[in-house]
Amino acid sequence: MADNVTPRVRVPREASAGDVVSIRTLISHPMESGQRRDGDGNVIPRSIINRFTCDFNGENVIDVTIEPAVSTNPYFQFSAVVNETGTFNFTWYDDDGSVYEDTADITVA
Amino acid sequence: MKKMQKALALGSVAAMALMGTAATLSADEDADLIINGDMEMIVRTEAPDHLDGHLNMIYSGWTFRSDETQAMQMDDFDNPAMLFVEQGIEIFNTAMGTEGNSCATCHETPENLSEVRAVYPQWDEERGEVQTITMQINECVTERMGAEALGWSSRDMVNLEALLASVGRGTVVNVAIDGPARETWEMGREIYYTEYGILEMSCATCHEQNYGNYIRADHLSQGQINGFPTYRLKNARLNSTHSRFRGCIRDTRAETFAEGSPEFIALELYVASRGNGLTVEGPSVRN
Repeated sequence: MADNVTPRVRVPREASAGDVVSIRTLISHPMESGQRRDGDGNVIPRSIINRFTCDFNGENVIDVTIEPAVSTNPYFQFSAVVNETGTFNFTWYDDDGSVYEDTADITVA
Repeated sequence: MKKMQKALALGSVAAMALMGTAATLSADEDADLIINGDMEMIVRTEAPDHLDGHLNMIYSGWTFRSDETQAMQMDDFDNPAMLFVEQGIEIFNTAMGTEGNSCATCHETPENLSEVRAVYPQWDEERGEVQTITMQINECVTERMGAEALGWSSRDMVNLEALLASVGRGTVVNVAIDGPARETWEMGREIYYTEYGILEMSCATCHEQNYGNYIRADHLSQGQINGFPTYRLKNARLNSTHSRFRGCIRDTRAETFAEGSPEFIALELYVASRGNGLTVEGPSVRN
């Protein structure tokens, strides 16, 4: 179980219909690759976030498969077109089975 | 709300700038550092008087970094060090030791300590010695909280230092070098100009005589410490001033002084004074 795992997202609160908005996400996570050894020579087990998804009003925006080479505290920035008021749902899947979620509302004027 | 829009606008500008220059990876030495769209930093200014004959201008290490690294420090969401500041806030509010006190018991909020980072290290009358911010934190931890002293570069200590730096961002570095601190300052200056190690290099060899040049693949800065603690991309964590001093001296192939040694305390005061006039910008992002 990874400690101090906290998701964070940045989404504009307002946009015009058809706007391309920039979305930034960050989750604090050690992203232990499974390649390292501890002081006694034992392999430190892999513990990473292996998948990240973002949906907008039920429609998938991005779905990322994450491999062990991704650094600690993975950060993703991507764009989405918004045509209506709604909610972005963000989900991170941990190797240990934990699922972390966050949401952000956006109002289309 | 307004602030957020600004920050986002800045983020997209930074991203566009990246696309344009990704191939060159060059440092933009003329760029200005404005954090979150509204916090203006002094990254270049006239050198303090005591550097007469040595340097005319002083520059924050930020000016020597690549565009990509510079951009990471321009927005707190993009600055990986801010995660450690959050952990610092947690420690600040957690009671430690036998007295049942936390940092917040006396200081209430970190913002009340916003003037601290810019004036440390400083002379401590009661103890009759120069105290770094690390020593001052440990004085509180051991004497007022009744807890075990934190390790010099331990995670908790560096996170607390990052918190104090973050609330001090924008204040102008102004460490005192006269009065009773003078002797320690002169010892630090002596160390700064002493050649160490098999390579026979002093701090000045790189950071005064060759800043702006490359040492192998590394773009040499002036070695200013106004951005410490520093998040380094090479190890993905916060680095303390003294661990950086160790790294530099080790690279000259010398036996280094220990973190928290009188030599490094003196050197920290001296190097801090070379940055008098720059703004506190820790926790910064460097390579």
